Amino acid sequence: MAYAAGVDVGATQTKAVLINEAREIVGRSLTDTGANVMRAAETAFAEALTNGDIEEEAVEFIVGTGYGRYKVTFGNTQVTEISCHGRGAVHMFPLTRTVLDMGGQDTKAIRVQPSGEIVDFCMNDKCAAGTGRFLGAAAVALDLPLAELGPTALRGERAVKISTTCTVFAESEVLSWLGIGKKIEDILLGVHESIGARSIGLLRRVGIEEQVTFTGGVTKNAAMVATLNKRLGLSVNVGDEAHYMGALGAALFALDRIVAGRAPAHAPGGAA
Amino acid sequence: MDDTAKDTGIVGRGNDAGARLFREWFQGLSHAADEGRGAAYVFVMGSLCELLRVFDFPIVFPEINSLQTAVRRVAHEYLNEAEDYGFSPDICGYVKADVAVQLRGGAHPMGTIPKPALAVCTNACNTYLKWGEIWERMYGMPLFTLDVPGSRGAGLASAPGSDDFELDRRYVEAQLRELIALCERVSGVRFDIDRLREHMAHATAMNAGWARVLELNRSRPAVFNALSDGTIFLGVANGFRGTAEGAAYFRDLVEELAFKAERGIGTTIEEQWRLIFVGVPCYPIFRRFTELFTDWGGVFVNSTYLWFASGGANLGFAYDLARPIESLAEGVLLGVRDAMDSMFFQTRALAGMVADFAADGVVFHPIKSCRTVSTGLADTRRALMAVTDVPSLFVESDLMDRRVVSEAQMKNRIDAFFEGLASRRHRAAAATA
Repeated sequence: MAYAAGVDVGATQTKAVLINEAREIVGRSLTDTGANVMRAAETAFAEALTNGDIEEEAVEFIVGTGYGRYKVTFGNTQVTEISCHGRGAVHMFPLTRTVLDMGGQDTKAIRVQPSGEIVDFCMNDKCAAGTGRFLGAAAVALDLPLAELGPTALRGERAVKISTTCTVFAESEVLSWLGIGKKIEDILLGVHESIGARSIGLLRRVGIEEQVTFTGGVTKNAAMVATLNKRLGLSVNVGDEAHYMGALGAALFALDRIVAGRAPAHAPGGAA
Repeated sequence: MDDTAKDTGIVGRGNDAGARLFREWFQGLSHAADEGRGAAYVFVMGSLCELLRVFDFPIVFPEINSLQTAVRRVAHEYLNEAEDYGFSPDICGYVKADVAVQLRGGAHPMGTIPKPALAVCTNACNTYLKWGEIWERMYGMPLFTLDVPGSRGAGLASAPGSDDFELDRRYVEAQLRELIALCERVSGVRFDIDRLREHMAHATAMNAGWARVLELNRSRPAVFNALSDGTIFLGVANGFRGTAEGAAYFRDLVEELAFKAERGIGTTIEEQWRLIFVGVPCYPIFRRFTELFTDWGGVFVNSTYLWFASGGANLGFAYDLARPIESLAEGVLLGVRDAMDSMFFQTRALAGMVADFAADGVVFHPIKSCRTVSTGLADTRRALMAVTDVPSLFVESDLMDRRVVSEAQMKNRIDAFFEGLASRRHRAAAATA
């Protein structure tokens, strides 16, 4: 049995996924990226092997993705996370036509064809407002663990209007609302609505077509999912592997290479 | 490249000669500055070089001076100096670099820029006028603005021979006659219509050459990269417009590119993807920016830059030397209007360019510095997507300011674009297999 691996080195966390020839996930891992990007990639890959109880020699092809993809030095080639999230989303939810990936430092709106081919994409790569980092800033300001943000926001009743469009200034705005006595729940609900509005702005730029699949680390935040559903007027797909979607897509590209005998230089990642 | 091509010495001479002409041009400007001669400051979208040379003005293109500071990686010094002087970070980087050149007494990485005796601009760029006003304040010299009637809408340009066109042409001609009188006053040189004919003849030869150069890049593989090589050609097209050297350069360049086309000699890389570039290059990382595409086998086969920044020379307009001023007005009207159309009504032309050049993709490059060329690009992209199925990329940076150039983020987008192109080709091949 041959295995393929995808290692997604994101700005905040590094994910690794192993799949078999039947395109089933057989191993996964997640670790903080930190300052040593290469070590994070190695750690994630090693832990995925352990998780799947698979020998390293059985992994025939490895694709690196994410901003640190060129630091996956043990990999065979690289593919951007834009292509990988599109591919992973269509694999998990075949009717996907639009993908929203909300990660630690950037948010991507991606329009895909049924084949997983990218039609168009749009990113917020000039500003961290509307990303996981925005939530992180709010968590710091409110002295709450990240995992508590979603449940707390869901208890909110009257969302506070967060008018700032800057992650750095969001913290001071949150503090000022606290200062005039607003409830933490309502402030957090406002934070989620602010991020949701910006994300939907990105989606509109590529065109929103159902089904919409939500990927990335922020998918674990139930309030964010609820906000998107409410604003979009539909139910976004969120799978158990949503956080691993980039790594999964990378693994699928790796499996393509195995199936094709590693031959086609024109396949995604062919620049390697 | 085969041995024959190397032996003939033809291949590559356009780039070499372009670099040499550029050095000579700036040496000439330095010499003029040393002698205290006043220059004519002009712009690429309607320079009127063929007319200004009649009055022996050294010709200065401030846009080219500015981009050269970026190519030579010192633009930030000039930008900072202009910002310290009081100019906003948000305005055109070309303007600010030029302001710093003026504040430094003309000191420029390629030589010394002479002070202006007059400036001539068209209405093709809304910044030209405000830029010229800065020199007016600094030096008290005249700024002449040529108001060129634009197209009334996409595909609605008045056609030569029509009453509307003749009205527009006469309007331009009347302004040219005012400019001639101004040039006589400023330079002290009497207008000589035979000298004008001579410069117009050189410009006609160059126009024909420029149009042919662009046409030759329909070859597969492309014979030059419109982003890197093309910018060298463009520099000569502007700086040597109306000169014998410029005409000879383009005659030789056509010969070189035709030689390559006949023998299937492409650019320095193996061509995988044929691309169209829309906008202005990223000069702060000029070579690297091109490599982000050539690393994938992407070659720019044409661009709107080679269109609007040539002032309409791409039309190949031939002046009628029997009626020089009337014909100059016609050529200026057509050329500048076409340059404006390239920014404001480009969708239809882009769709045609994609078909004519068998392009695999279109790269839109809006820049922070220039609202004029960038504002409508997102809409143009959508419009193009509606009329063709050609894939496109939207990647933002600047033409001067490295503070807003993020190579890692650009690379991410560019890589994803090529992955999409590859996936599309792979799928198409599988479907026909």
